[in-house]
Amino acid sequence: MSNPQQLRYSKEHEWLSAAEDGVATVGITEHAANALGDVVFVQLPDVGSAVAAGETCGELESTKSVSDLYAPVTGEVTEINEDVVNDPSLVNSAPFEGGWLFKVRVTEEPADLLSADEYTAFSAG
Amino acid sequence: MSSSPLRRTALDALHRSLGATMTDFAGWDMPLRYGSERDEHNAVRTRAGLFDLSHMGEITVTGPEAAALLDHALVGDIGGVRVGRARYTMICREDGGILDDLIVYRLAGSEAGSSPYMVVANASNAQVVLDALVERSAGFDAEVRDDRDAYALIAVQGPESPGILASLTDADLEGLKYYAGLPGTVAGVPALIARTGYTGEDGFELFVKPEHAVELWQALTKAGEGAGLVPCGLSCRDTLRLEAGMPLYGHELSTSLTPFDAGLGRVVKFEKEGDFVGREALAAAAARAGANPPRVLVGLVAEGRRVPRAGYAVVADGTVIGEVTSGAPSPTLGKPIAMAYVDAAHSAPGTPGVGVDIRGTHEPYQVVALPFYKRQK
Repeated sequence: MSNPQQLRYSKEHEWLSAAEDGVATVGITEHAANALGDVVFVQLPDVGSAVAAGETCGELESTKSVSDLYAPVTGEVTEINEDVVNDPSLVNSAPFEGGWLFKVRVTEEPADLLSADEYTAFSAG
Repeated sequence: MSSSPLRRTALDALHRSLGATMTDFAGWDMPLRYGSERDEHNAVRTRAGLFDLSHMGEITVTGPEAAALLDHALVGDIGGVRVGRARYTMICREDGGILDDLIVYRLAGSEAGSSPYMVVANASNAQVVLDALVERSAGFDAEVRDDRDAYALIAVQGPESPGILASLTDADLEGLKYYAGLPGTVAGVPALIARTGYTGEDGFELFVKPEHAVELWQALTKAGEGAGLVPCGLSCRDTLRLEAGMPLYGHELSTSLTPFDAGLGRVVKFEKEGDFVGREALAAAAARAGANPPRVLVGLVAEGRRVPRAGYAVVADGTVIGEVTSGAPSPTLGKPIAMAYVDAAHSAPGTPGVGVDIRGTHEPYQVVALPFYKRQK
């Protein structure tokens, strides 16, 4: 699998797009989606709610387990992906595209976000 | 889990070449899934799936008193099993607690009256079962043999499985009933062909020598190509058996439960000849389950989409009334399902106000009779 170069990554396996007008898109990586197996339910933060980098803001259920969703940055949720709420399998089929999870108006970024190459090495280890 | 290295089946390299996600299951490195576990599940329900079950524990019991030993050691009527047939049964402790659930196959013998039996135990319990059988064999003219390394086990399950298997064998599959087994040749490989499974579908389990496993797997894969057969991992095996309402040791069954507590009292045959381990305690358990059951195993179907997991509390009116033993999203029903032990007062199908505590939130669940899924014959 290849991790898109234009994204940045958290060690909790979320990806973050470059912000446009201060708003960035968040999803989970293909590596994480593969590790979960078929995702059957996603619980996303409410639009307008505050999320904090490194803290849980939702959950992802797969056949075998439930996993917390972590916010990769601090900010305010501006939009959630209703398509993925209705069809959680998008997380597996298109984790970097149609399976995005939510958009956030970024107020603070942690210093330890990874580049694509760094994340590839991190997730392989 | 011990830190000893995981055991690998004869098909290990093949699983890796197929890109399987592997998992530690009872000390074995087993395929969890090859691709989407939901697709694998649906393939077994509608077409066919191929499983490596070589982790299962085979124990052979031979000798003039093999049947008498098994009648003493197990709760079922093994003496009543005819040659070529199989029986679902259990082995219990003296206090009635379940040590394991088993399938016992009566194999064709070379001489009349002394046909051997193959006992198939869960991987996690195989050593316990072996030890118990050896201990209980004292005084019987019978030999208990550890045959765990003598077999690989490949299952082909699903509505297309009879056609797929028939293309590879001359054995009389039409005459082979559910819970029966016959020796034969499949794709040139000697095999015990059993019509058993753990999926709720028609299907076969093929016991072969480990050195023949790869050859057989590849032949089945090729034979199943046109019928939509896919390799399947343990993840979908779990959701298939859950939909079919079949218990899994360590979840619905344990040493702290008797077969009667698990709603499976029918496997205990008090009427068989001779004494058997656990008889007295099981008679008491039968009376208790009839008059005043502690808890009852039920099915739960979610009204929402959050998935119950083993260990979650079942609640009613803010009070804990039971515990989930297995839970998963059901591919066939399209909603989360669970098996749970609940207080008898809340166990009737349709009992209102029952929920599952899913990480602090009480999600509504419907109480239903098991199984969730029954195939159309």
